[in-house]
Amino acid sequence: MNSRSDRLAAILVILPSLLLLAVFVYGFIGQTLWVSLTDWGQGAGALALNPQIHWVGLENYKSLFTGFLDVRFRQDMVNMVFFTVLFVGASLLLGLLLAILIDQHLPGEGVFRTIFLYPMSLSLVVTGTIWRWMLQPQGGINALPTLFGLPASNFLWMSSRTQILQFNWQALPAYLCWAGVAVLAVAACVYLVKGRHKTAAFFAAPALLLLALVAWGPAGRAALLPYPETHGFNLALLGIVLAAVWQMSGYTMALYLAGLRTIPDELREAARVDGASPLQVYRYVELPLLAPITWSAVIILGHIALKIFDLVFAMAGPDNASTSVPAISMYLTTFRGNQFATGAAIAVVLLLMVAALIIPYLASLLRPGRAQ
Amino acid sequence: MRASAQERMGTAQGTIQAPETQAALPAGRAQAAPAMRTARRPRHGWTFAFLYALVVLLAIVYLIPVYMTVITSLKAPQDINLMTAWRPPAHPYWASYVQAFRQFAPTLRNSLILAVSATLLSAMMGSLNGYVLAKWGFRGSKWALPLILFGMFIPYQSILIPLFQFLRSVGLYGGLPGLILVHVVYGLPITTLLFHNFYVEIPDELLGSALIDGAEFFKIYRWIILPLSAPAFVVVGIWQFTQIWNEFLFAVTLTRPAFQPITVALANLAGGNAVYWNLPMAGSIIAALPTVLIYIFLGRYFIRGLLAGALKG
Repeated sequence: MNSRSDRLAAILVILPSLLLLAVFVYGFIGQTLWVSLTDWGQGAGALALNPQIHWVGLENYKSLFTGFLDVRFRQDMVNMVFFTVLFVGASLLLGLLLAILIDQHLPGEGVFRTIFLYPMSLSLVVTGTIWRWMLQPQGGINALPTLFGLPASNFLWMSSRTQILQFNWQALPAYLCWAGVAVLAVAACVYLVKGRHKTAAFFAAPALLLLALVAWGPAGRAALLPYPETHGFNLALLGIVLAAVWQMSGYTMALYLAGLRTIPDELREAARVDGASPLQVYRYVELPLLAPITWSAVIILGHIALKIFDLVFAMAGPDNASTSVPAISMYLTTFRGNQFATGAAIAVVLLLMVAALIIPYLASLLRPGRAQ
Repeated sequence: MRASAQERMGTAQGTIQAPETQAALPAGRAQAAPAMRTARRPRHGWTFAFLYALVVLLAIVYLIPVYMTVITSLKAPQDINLMTAWRPPAHPYWASYVQAFRQFAPTLRNSLILAVSATLLSAMMGSLNGYVLAKWGFRGSKWALPLILFGMFIPYQSILIPLFQFLRSVGLYGGLPGLILVHVVYGLPITTLLFHNFYVEIPDELLGSALIDGAEFFKIYRWIILPLSAPAFVVVGIWQFTQIWNEFLFAVTLTRPAFQPITVALANLAGGNAVYWNLPMAGSIIAALPTVLIYIFLGRYFIRGLLAGALKG
């Protein structure tokens, strides 16, 4: 607005917060990055206020992804990916179903909405404790079939050692390349169909290059490890997914409801006048308008899933390797094992994955006048 | 109706500004639109019965954990077994609550002090920050908000080691003041966002007339902005209180046993390979009660914070 002293006052008021965040967020991230490039914790005296530490470059990262000792971290990454995919997918579907049901204005709508959303007000530690009991081998969910005269289930929810969809970690570079080829190829096809040939070529060229690399070049044979190492989806994670979906699907419902309520009634009315059935109104009018909400829900739920810590800690304990995720091993290596450098490296990997989701999201806020 | 729906449509899609636009709107307007909507389509008997049965079934599924927690917390340890897991106790056994409460009393006190003081401090700072960013934009302030917001999305593991070192070096590790500081700092992004979005909706003309009258920065805040801020303080207060009460990672890594909040005590109680589940269940209910009561009685404020703030995760 106007006078100089007012402008100065405004800046002085916000300055402490900006400085605090500059140090506590950006400064500390920088420091974590630096720690991850040292050997802090691999010698004695890790907890000294001025520990003896040396620069080791990317050694810690190399060891996490290819080292003999860090096999648990690699399974943690696999767990995290499976957890994220299942949790986000189930929350979206269930959340959309709940939102559509609530949106029917059934009698008692408000009560139902309250019931579906109340788990959001609980601490993940409370949720974890409750579900830990429900999913005990001798606990509630396994006993559920007995209510209907069926034999009790004996699935070991958090302690199952069964692993499905196994793959060889050695071949990971090849898998990632194939995935890259697929994504680029799809993008190229989409633009080709749209008639934007230049953009299509822009995607097709790297796709072909990558294809050549993986099919005939070094990428197809590059192995991360000198020996085969299998990883896969631990069925023990299903219990964690169940509890997480119970807690967060109500939130997804709230997001979709907020979206549904912004769709003007005139649009639905027009579709109905044109003879659309209720289902068709959803399919052709409302779902397309909800697409942007779905994208933000994917980003928000996705980054929550990548960071999941409290729930796993409370449900399965930090020492249960079958359900562990990088956020848990970071805690263990750092605060139990005093392996600060390794912990920092795990934290940086975690941060990079979250940032890959969040930074484009934040950047889209900066772009003015975006349609969505 | 139409204007209001379309106005909100402009912002309510996809971006952070999306759903919490409602948070920023004065209460009356945000509530009005859904209430004015009429039933969507004529109901046929069978469709109605099917939908209603489905929604009731889902509601029961969502309530099962509460049922199981309550009945288990009221059972005597020797009565808890597989065959009767779903049956309520013949005689409620209240001793678990007495024991859990006695065990949790110090951690409840810690959580209360922590949540109240960190909530108040981060709300006050967030209000001032939001006021500056919404009404006194300076060069580069367009970049300030996303840079501030990044702080609420990061996995806190990525700042935990330097934070731990910093708190130890300034002598704040292990106690409540250190944990309060941490919650205030990492609460700033969300409180700033919520207040910013609220203040953006206050028309500039209101401030303009004050400026002509010679009011300046602090006077405008004190006499125009602050009196209008009550709903925003309620939303932010509820959100921050709930988040800090429920928080676990900082609590478990940055406190000594004497100053642990209730979430840590509960995790320890349930994590020690508990044989009898009555105590952890009673403990869960005690730990959950404050935030659940807030949700039940102040739900609509909670949801406004949630839609903006569940971003925080």
